Amino acid sequence: MSQRQVLQVFEQYQKARTQFVQMVAELATRPQNIETLQNAGVMSLLRPLLLDVVPTIQQTAALALGRLANYNDDLAEAVVKGNILPQLVYSLAEQNRFYKKAAAFVLRAVGKHSPQLAQAIVDCGALDTLVICLEDFDPGVKEAAAWALGYIARHNAELSQAVVDAGAVPLLVLCIQEPEIALKRIAASALSDIAKHSPELAQTVVDAGAIAHLAQMILNPDAKLKRQVLSALSQIAKHSVDLAEMVVEAEIFPVVLTCLKDKDEYVKKNASTLIREIAKHTPELSQLIVNAGGVAAVIDCIGSCKGNIRLPGIMMLGYVAAHSENLAMAVIISKGVPQLSVCLSEEPEDHIKAAAAWALGQIGRYTPEHARAVAVTNTLPVLLSLYMSTESSEDLQVKSKKAIKNILQKCTYLPALEPFLYDAPPNILKHVVGQFSKVLPHDSKARRLFVTSGGLKKVQEIKAEPGSLLQEYINSINNCYPEEIVRYYSPGYSDTLLQRVDSYQPLIN
Amino acid sequence: MATLARLQARSASVARQYYYRNSVVDVFRKKENDAAVKIQSWFRGCQVRAYIRYLHRAATIIQKRWRGYLGRQHYQLIVKLAYYTMKMNLYNAMAVRIQRRWRGYKIRKYCFNYYYLKEYLKAVSETNEAIREALEEFADMKEREEKKAALEKEEKKRDYQARKTHYLLSTKQIPGVYNSPFRKDPDPWELRLQKAKPLTHRRPKVTPKHSVSLGNWLECTSARSFPGSAILPPIDRKPCQGPFRNIAEVLEQRYKPLEPTLRGAEPIDGPKEARAEFQRQERTRNIHDDLFLPFSSYHKNKKHIPSMHLSSKYGPDSYGSQHFREKNPKRWICDKDFQTVLPSFDLFSKYGKLYSKAGQIV
Repeated sequence: MSQRQVLQVFEQYQKARTQFVQMVAELATRPQNIETLQNAGVMSLLRPLLLDVVPTIQQTAALALGRLANYNDDLAEAVVKGNILPQLVYSLAEQNRFYKKAAAFVLRAVGKHSPQLAQAIVDCGALDTLVICLEDFDPGVKEAAAWALGYIARHNAELSQAVVDAGAVPLLVLCIQEPEIALKRIAASALSDIAKHSPELAQTVVDAGAIAHLAQMILNPDAKLKRQVLSALSQIAKHSVDLAEMVVEAEIFPVVLTCLKDKDEYVKKNASTLIREIAKHTPELSQLIVNAGGVAAVIDCIGSCKGNIRLPGIMMLGYVAAHSENLAMAVIISKGVPQLSVCLSEEPEDHIKAAAAWALGQIGRYTPEHARAVAVTNTLPVLLSLYMSTESSEDLQVKSKKAIKNILQKCTYLPALEPFLYDAPPNILKHVVGQFSKVLPHDSKARRLFVTSGGLKKVQEIKAEPGSLLQEYINSINNCYPEEIVRYYSPGYSDTLLQRVDSYQPLIN
Repeated sequence: MATLARLQARSASVARQYYYRNSVVDVFRKKENDAAVKIQSWFRGCQVRAYIRYLHRAATIIQKRWRGYLGRQHYQLIVKLAYYTMKMNLYNAMAVRIQRRWRGYKIRKYCFNYYYLKEYLKAVSETNEAIREALEEFADMKEREEKKAALEKEEKKRDYQARKTHYLLSTKQIPGVYNSPFRKDPDPWELRLQKAKPLTHRRPKVTPKHSVSLGNWLECTSARSFPGSAILPPIDRKPCQGPFRNIAEVLEQRYKPLEPTLRGAEPIDGPKEARAEFQRQERTRNIHDDLFLPFSSYHKNKKHIPSMHLSSKYGPDSYGSQHFREKNPKRWICDKDFQTVLPSFDLFSKYGKLYSKAGQIV
């Protein structure tokens, strides 16, 4: 045979390999094919192709492996067990940018499923090479490397610490300043994943100067970028007072309030999360937010969203009100209470209702003014029904009970208390009667109203053990009225009257 | 002895007698004794009582004096105590007044200034209003921008559509589809068609270079996204020993297609060819190939060649230009002369009036 024919055999083989690997890569984009591919043993076939002579085949094989590992964690584990990672890491340092992108994609796909797989990636020394890739010129390579680092750091604090020890954070901060929007997004998301685990990690991110750049990017019109930036800032601010103060010093207020009016729902959610994380630390920070008009903006944002998007806003109002009574009064005058009661009644999910109940309890617990502001909106019956209903979760029941108790102990607004006399359980009834016994001795109009509305009758019907607190309250209420009236309203009075009629000897003249 | 016996016999009765005689006296004696005792006791009693009375009086005086003394002492103590208590109460009351004023002042000035709180709450609600307005404005602005962008897009689309269907424009003779004669006003689309410039013939579209966006690179499946090489390098058993370059690179270099510069890609007599082409096109429109010479030099060189009409001996007939009637009067139909003003044709009288006025918009 001539040399040409021999070489033709080899050319055919090469063509076949290229075609195979390209078809596998294309098929791996569809989820329904992946099962079939896995059963056909595609991993063992792709593995030697990674070491192929032709760089194109290597790159396409890496791409195909990445797509397969992306799909589920069994395949990712197969990638790890097949000892593919060291080879990838080794050649990551040397090859061209397509290969680097594909290899970083594989590392990301493997690392995203579980901490053990991410640990396997760290153990084979991938972090250093990924950090080197972050310094590459091509923005696509930087993006792929940053994405992989972000997914690895997401799982727990040790992995984040490993990523930080590899020196990724300053390079990520440089990546944020690049002009490409996709790269900015991924770098911001990676910084957010690093900073979320512990205060030391957040401090590392802050020391690299990330806050200033992140704060500048809040004004960017791209919605997905804003999501990531706000999430990163909130993960930094949540750990301690100093970090929250640093975030505030970057002059995010009042710019961040415009993000609360964005069209994208998740931008609103992340912005209210950021404000919540800042507000929860100290009263001074809450005061700052109130002075900047943040409370009004958050209340409007709550009004315009539904579902889980509202939850951080509701919690923020609760945290602000929890600090001091002046701040609670500030929340009240910003018209927060009607909005919260709307949330309480119309949200279907229990955890959001529980948050709204908690927030209302924090607002109404300080003085009779605060309790009146809450009671006027007719939320107390709603809270009671949530407490009594058997469908509510335990958390919701506990929170609504505490809220009712806190508000009732200060509530002097009697029209709101009266319905409670009729359908409240005994432990709450005690507080209600106690409040009546405090208010009635001093207010004659209220006494009259109490009688005419049938409250006195109801109080007489309450059975209490003698000597208990409830009995004392009932006695003090009864002492406010003349004896005949009390006897008139006591249960069974008509029977006693009839008995007297029966036993009366008529005067015979 | 007899006396002894007699005594002994009488002893018993002696005793009895003795006793009996004494006892009678005793009774009397007893009575007297009792009386005496009674008198004496009474008297003694009086004595003692008098003595006791005297003692009592003395003791009373002593006790009186002593109690007075003690009482006065006690009284002094009480007075001291009462005085002291009165002073202390006064001091306490004054101190309470001072403390009350001070506490009120302190709370109002340093801890909780009610008016300051009211001012603060008012300021907070004003800030809230301002922020709410600003955010509303911001949201409105964004919405307006979006609407504007959408409207502009819509407008561009409609404009393009009008340019594409420009042939549906109505002319003076034929009303278009959008300009029905039964309508009072033409359809707005008609106006748009009037304003639009018709599209030119489609030029060969330059296919844009296939650009990969960074985010979608890894999910893109088109064949061009794979880093393909046009030429497969030959398959070697083993690379040559020595400082040789990678064979694929070498072959790529060797068989690289020629990419001449723009100057090299043009033919050498490019301008000349272009000129010749241009002239060819112009020549098709020429009536004759002679250059058009200016009038000043024309009559010097050339002799004027009169046209055929002027150079023939046959002249025009005067009928039709100078007279319009038959020369022979016998062939006249009527005696009157012709009118010099003719009525217009019916066809052309209806010109422009057969169609709706709608097309004639100023």
